[in-house]
Amino acid sequence: MAFYLKNSRNIINNLKSKVGLSSLMKQHSCSCLNHNNHCRFPASTATSPFAPQLNNLDLNSHKRGCLFMSQRFESTIAEKQFASVQNGEDNQVLDFPGGKIICSPDMRFLSESPSAHTHCFRVLDDNGQLIKQSDYIQVSEEIAVKMYSDMVTLQTMDTIFYEAQRQGRISFYVTTIGEEAINIASAAALTSDDFVFPQYREPGVLIWRGFTLQEFANQCFGNRADYGKGRQMPIHYGSNKHKYFTVSSTIATQIPHAVGAAYSLKMDKKDACVVTYFGDGGTSEGDFHAALNFAAVTEAPVIFICRNNGWAISTPTSDQFRSDGIAVRGQAYGVQSIRVDGNDALAMYSAVHTARKMAVNEHRPILIEAVTYRVGHHSTSDDSTKYRPAEEIEWWRMARDPVTRFRKWVESNGWWSSEAETQLRSSIRNQLLHAIQMAEKVEKPPVEELFTDVYDDLPSNLREQEKLLRETISRHPQDFPADVPH
Amino acid sequence: MLGIVRQKVLGQSLQKVRPGVSLLRSYSSAAKQMTVREALNSALDEEMSADPKVFLMGEEVGEYQGAYKISKGLLEKYGPERVLDTPITEAGFTGIGVGAAYYGLKPVVEFMTFNFSMQAIDHIINSAAKSNYMSAGQISVPIVFRGPNGAAAGVGAQHSQCYAAWYASCPGLKVLTPYNSEDARGLLKAAIRDPDPVIFLENELLYGESFPVSDEVLDSSFCLPIGKAKIEREGKDVTISAFSKMVGHALKAAEILEKDGIDAEVINLRSIRPLDRSTINTSVRKTNRLITVEEGFPQHGVGAEICASVVEESFGYLDAPVERVAGADVPMPYAANLERMAVPQVEDIVRAAKRACYRSVPLAAAA
Repeated sequence: MAFYLKNSRNIINNLKSKVGLSSLMKQHSCSCLNHNNHCRFPASTATSPFAPQLNNLDLNSHKRGCLFMSQRFESTIAEKQFASVQNGEDNQVLDFPGGKIICSPDMRFLSESPSAHTHCFRVLDDNGQLIKQSDYIQVSEEIAVKMYSDMVTLQTMDTIFYEAQRQGRISFYVTTIGEEAINIASAAALTSDDFVFPQYREPGVLIWRGFTLQEFANQCFGNRADYGKGRQMPIHYGSNKHKYFTVSSTIATQIPHAVGAAYSLKMDKKDACVVTYFGDGGTSEGDFHAALNFAAVTEAPVIFICRNNGWAISTPTSDQFRSDGIAVRGQAYGVQSIRVDGNDALAMYSAVHTARKMAVNEHRPILIEAVTYRVGHHSTSDDSTKYRPAEEIEWWRMARDPVTRFRKWVESNGWWSSEAETQLRSSIRNQLLHAIQMAEKVEKPPVEELFTDVYDDLPSNLREQEKLLRETISRHPQDFPADVPH
Repeated sequence: MLGIVRQKVLGQSLQKVRPGVSLLRSYSSAAKQMTVREALNSALDEEMSADPKVFLMGEEVGEYQGAYKISKGLLEKYGPERVLDTPITEAGFTGIGVGAAYYGLKPVVEFMTFNFSMQAIDHIINSAAKSNYMSAGQISVPIVFRGPNGAAAGVGAQHSQCYAAWYASCPGLKVLTPYNSEDARGLLKAAIRDPDPVIFLENELLYGESFPVSDEVLDSSFCLPIGKAKIEREGKDVTISAFSKMVGHALKAAEILEKDGIDAEVINLRSIRPLDRSTINTSVRKTNRLITVEEGFPQHGVGAEICASVVEESFGYLDAPVERVAGADVPMPYAANLERMAVPQVEDIVRAAKRACYRSVPLAAAA
């Protein structure tokens, strides 16, 4: 397929849609070839959901697009860069600073993407049944039930806090709907000694580690009990005792931090690793590149988990990058990588479990691309129906829900029931409502917390400013909010 | 490296030990000379030796012995785990340094020049400076960012900017500007030991300059307090505040002014954040006139902050407007003659001091 026509935007757009479609087809062995009426929906592939690309075309043309499914996308065969060194003629082998390289008179460009899109590892099919002969790490009943319960907790917490924001009770919230399996299963595969550097869509890791619903609520309400002393926007959780580094709003900054921490862990000779999460959009940042490069060079025990959920706010992955997703980039840096079905909790668990072993025992970084879909809006400041079809969102919410899928597997083992389900859901809901009520009542952090922690010690200028502020408050109390304790 | 310095020092025939010399007085009558480069190297060496958590990272710091040879001998002594040669990515290695600091190590991150720190400034400000506050004290960042800052000689616009004002405007950071070898040793040790992130602005042209150092300065426990300026030269007619290389210029200007009967007091700021407002104001209340000198751009510069501070606190004591001597408001030109005109020279400071003392025609009237 002639990929190099740059002259016509129309041609490019058409090509994009074709590539998108065929990649959809190739992406999943469990793909829409089996489900005819699903062909209009974008898969959670590296090359993006279609809707935004097909610009003015309406929904019907998506279906028309299915006709292209039989077309295959072929690229020039990618040549392996370092073939095994044969006993060739001496003048064919050159010694570069990187090592011995075989030269050849054939001029061949490496393809821009592998001949087949990277396979995706999955263990459970869409109905939550184990795929025969799957490579997976067995999970005990106790762990499986905790995993499932925590996924339900995360889902419920998101729903209720989102509603609280809509009611004006908290100022902002970010949901993780659709990515519960990534959150919980990856956390379950780690130990409590492993450090976590999150982006902002991974509160599930904290849930797994024991952060209580009340603690979540306190941070969102910014009250006196908030570990962040009311200094951060909601969802910027952080907890030393859970080894979960405070969420930072700047995208991808946590990735090199993770590598630095992993390097330090290695110097300390600890039997632990560092895990960092980021989205598909975050991989465009320079920090991603520097971090992966560094991790490989310093042989740092770090696991990079990319939640490829198809969207960076309104930017689909086709506008984000042109590589076959993120897993292929690992090789460019000398990092082992794997693409996993992010909505398959067992597959996530197995992949992270194995990656952790490699990272800790072999002192190497691992890159995991968890393919999924961002069911919720980017945040409460976003209305994603403005840039993607509501049907697409609904389909992923219902037909591809990772929580129901895992539930089916847990139930098929006899470890769960619908009574347990009702009981769990209502219990969590009550706890959440209670936590919100309590958090609202707890007073705000005191005025002195405005000035502490800028430095290790309170400097004299801030002590003066605090004194001035208190004097002003006592002289003009009507100008200050009544609920700030001082 | 320290061993070599110690030998040189012991080899000197003149050795005077002054017991009870306080840190705030001028250095004692030592005949021992030390370049700023040696001072920095010895400080790094001693701190790395004393605390295994301290490690150095940056471009060319290891095998190359440092782009300006500041880290000479350290790779050999401490090994590649503690002296890291990084790939070329300021954003990358700054982020990694911050991550290591989050974990609990004490990185010293070297920028080949602070001009390159702009590529990393998000990590310096949003990660290092603000983390302690945003995490409510849960994450501290005991990191030092160091490297040459300001103009060198003939390196053009992208290698000559002064970043003191930029970093000093950000709460959460500490910004230090050593002038001589005593400053370099004392302030670098203080920076490494400090639990907060510190920006340590050196000067390339000063690396090779030699200054006398006392035994006290050479001791491995020597440390200067952060946030205290030093009166390099006492005077009563006009105060000249300066930092880094400009301190040398100010001292020369003071000598010239002395011949014209103007007794200038020269303050070596040493610390831009926190700024030693008390020393500056005390001096202004004594002399009633102030000239601030800096190499960087005039607008929103260090001089502007000092001026505001003095106007707020010592307005009634001023007998003349505060004047700022700063670099020209242009990207640094390359040609030697143009470069010379773009950076404050001794004569500029002398003229400004005279204007403040009503000994010459004010600038505006001369226009």
